[in-house]
Amino acid sequence: MLQVKNLDVFYGAIHAVKDISLEVGDGEIVTLIGSNGAGKSTTLHTISGLIKPKNGKIIYDGTDITETSAHKIVEMGLVQVPEGRHAFSNMSVLENLDLGAYTRKDKDGIEKDKEDVFKKFPRLYERRNQIAGTLSGGEQQMLVMGRALMSKPKLLLLDEPSMGLAPLLVKEIFNIIKEINDQGTTILLVEQNANMALSIADKAYVLETGRVVLNGTAAELAASEAVQKAYLGG
Amino acid sequence: MNNLKKQDLKILCVCGVIFAIFQVLLYFEFIDPYWEANIILILINIILSVSLNLINGYTGQFSIGHAGFMAVGAYVGAIMTVKLELPFVVSLLAGTVSAGFLGFLIGIPTLRLNGDYLAIATLGLGEIIRICILNIEYVGGASGFMGIPRITNFPWAFWIAIFIIFFIKNFKNSSAGRACLAIRENEIAAETMGIDTTKYKILAFTIGAGFAGTAGCLFSHYYYIAHPASFTFMRSFDILTMVVLGGLGSMSGAITGAIVLTGISAVLADYPEWRMVIYSVTLIVLMLNRPQGIFGSKELSRKMFKFGKLGGKIHGGTAES
Repeated sequence: MLQVKNLDVFYGAIHAVKDISLEVGDGEIVTLIGSNGAGKSTTLHTISGLIKPKNGKIIYDGTDITETSAHKIVEMGLVQVPEGRHAFSNMSVLENLDLGAYTRKDKDGIEKDKEDVFKKFPRLYERRNQIAGTLSGGEQQMLVMGRALMSKPKLLLLDEPSMGLAPLLVKEIFNIIKEINDQGTTILLVEQNANMALSIADKAYVLETGRVVLNGTAAELAASEAVQKAYLGG
Repeated sequence: MNNLKKQDLKILCVCGVIFAIFQVLLYFEFIDPYWEANIILILINIILSVSLNLINGYTGQFSIGHAGFMAVGAYVGAIMTVKLELPFVVSLLAGTVSAGFLGFLIGIPTLRLNGDYLAIATLGLGEIIRICILNIEYVGGASGFMGIPRITNFPWAFWIAIFIIFFIKNFKNSSAGRACLAIRENEIAAETMGIDTTKYKILAFTIGAGFAGTAGCLFSHYYYIAHPASFTFMRSFDILTMVVLGGLGSMSGAITGAIVLTGISAVLADYPEWRMVIYSVTLIVLMLNRPQGIFGSKELSRKMFKFGKLGGKIHGGTAES
């Protein structure tokens, strides 16, 4: 579904992503783990077109999208949920969801998907007329995920959905990620919470200072000594 | 949708009544020429503040070069009327289109900038436009473009202002308008929702600049003259002040801001030494008590009166309608 080949990304003179290659298969959950500054978010931003790479290729569904602009990539079904919960904070929950469906024209489908989102996140339904900025952190995370689902993604990029959330909420969010995946959406997940990420993922890549240092199935990596030492507190 | 149109019709009826009242008052000379001039200036300022609100308030792009676009409209309109002897409607259209086109050209490079950088760039561009005009002999150079007939009158200014208010109101409620609001709220999120942020920023900028041109054209056809000194950055700041005072992102606010500030300067015209003092003290007091502006980002609606408090816990019409 998604192939990233030899990606190099620079911020000015800083070489943030060095020769990263990865592959996400249809229907999988793939996770990128690593510490701060490893280049995880940069990789996601590059895939979704917000940053242009210096070298390398990004192939999505058989098409080269390396040079495609961000808004066109969304129309193709590759949607990113950016880190830090960028909700439209002065708009209501409903308005946020409506904007999520910005690229779509099918009114009935939008209404149906809105109901689906509310089914997944009953909390959002309770707060549908509330201004997004007044939601709690967990609710805002649910909102931005729900908003991304409104654009009917085939591949969903999630950037640290667990950031700053209480352990119970993290569990809830991850259950929902699993549920979204079960319904047919492929997921590329960036996480610092390696434990959680590896527990739901099929495949994983470990990033360190801009390079892929390890990769394999999630089970392999969870068992590997190096990963346990560095990220799982074993 | 139907509901909305009904509301529009109601508002139009109210506008018609207001127009009739003023027209009658003017006809029987209950309003003296001094206030007539100020009413037309208020209407022109409403056009300016409402169009700047589209850029600064709705789309969140901090532009302060509005006087430059106004100047383009004023001069192009004057050339059409005086040199080419075309009818006023053509001058108005030409003024609007040329200012809009210039806004479009300027928008492409400058809208990559954010916040204060964009403000400085637009400020500079406004001045560049003025200084260019100052050096073109064809339009009178430093002595200004003289001999423009007075064509703008109360009906022209009033109905053009109403048209522009409705245009921008409908734009805000369109899908392009929602894209603009999303950009203001959070540009990254807007981009990840599939909104072409560059396109909508330029669109809002072009429309705003175009209407500033319309206002400029009305302006030069009222005061007989288009003079570079009328379009300094002080005018840009005046317009910005109206928008911020009324409430950034509120149409009712932009209109109120234009009426209040133009009104204050008109009332104080007899006390020139106190005028700027009172003007600035008013601004300071208002900003201390209501930093979000008179209306905040809300719109004037009947609900506001039901709750009896300006800007209580009411969210503007968009969520309900």
